[in-house]
Amino acid sequence: MNRPKPEPVQVIKERRDTALRRLVGGIPYIRFLGIQFDRRGDELTAVLPFDEKLIGNPFLPAIHGGVTSAFLEITGMIELSWSMLWEEMEKGNLDPRALDADHLPRLPKTIDFTVDYLRSGLPRDAYARARVNRSGRRYASVHVEAWQDNRSRLFAQATGHFLIPNRDPKE
Amino acid sequence: MADPTPAQRFIEAIPHSRALCMHLEEIGDGRAVISMPWAEELVGDPSTGVIAGGAVSALMDTCCGAAVMSYPGAKGTATLDLRIEYMRAAKPGQRITARAECFHATRTVAFVRATAHDEDTRLPVATASGAFTMEGAK
Repeated sequence: MNRPKPEPVQVIKERRDTALRRLVGGIPYIRFLGIQFDRRGDELTAVLPFDEKLIGNPFLPAIHGGVTSAFLEITGMIELSWSMLWEEMEKGNLDPRALDADHLPRLPKTIDFTVDYLRSGLPRDAYARARVNRSGRRYASVHVEAWQDNRSRLFAQATGHFLIPNRDPKE
Repeated sequence: MADPTPAQRFIEAIPHSRALCMHLEEIGDGRAVISMPWAEELVGDPSTGVIAGGAVSALMDTCCGAAVMSYPGAKGTATLDLRIEYMRAAKPGQRITARAECFHATRTVAFVRATAHDEDTRLPVATASGAFTMEGAK
């Protein structure tokens, strides 16, 4: 047996976390809403910490339907970008340290997005996970689920179609 | 135009609409027009400066909700389902204006369509259609 020595775990973690940070950190609207991403291996969970400015109905109070929609759309878009980035990174084709503002992969474009509002969003943190159900050369279909206190009681779910950016380099 | 007061209050009382600097242009009889300025912090794609789809959907959702609220007899509403189609990128720096119409309502459900334009009024940036709850209509 002459297998190459595996990379130290810190090196792998650092590479993956850097890639995720660069991908998410470059998008102003994600900062505006305060969305964060937790990573476990390749699995992402988006977290939307509750904030006063996210309220849509001050009498209940409830999270704005548009915020819910935006949160799910961002989760779907980041999941799709991340799955493509992950693939490149695992193949060794991508060094995340080279991912600065000018060298980020181009983001998928939303074609359509349909949100199913199941319950009103309560004034507390929300979580979401997306699943890429189909990703071809040009188009992808992504499903997103969002919950608050209880993983099995979704407050919203959504399906969106995205246009996948040309994977060839910009030049 | 119906008395705009309850609906006007409706939008001004929404913290998220204030955070996006939404402005109510017109409202009444199941129709609403709401606009929102472009802002750096709402950019979704830093390589182009194009505003995030999510910000446009927040505008569309608010506008649709306002249209339902201005429908005769409506006292409250919530989004059941909203579908948005993104036709083209909104021009960075330009104001976005959404127009929504509640074209049918039963005692319990309101059906709404909306479009959003930037300063080019020909092809919409996005269109939306949705179903909203209807509270209080006779």
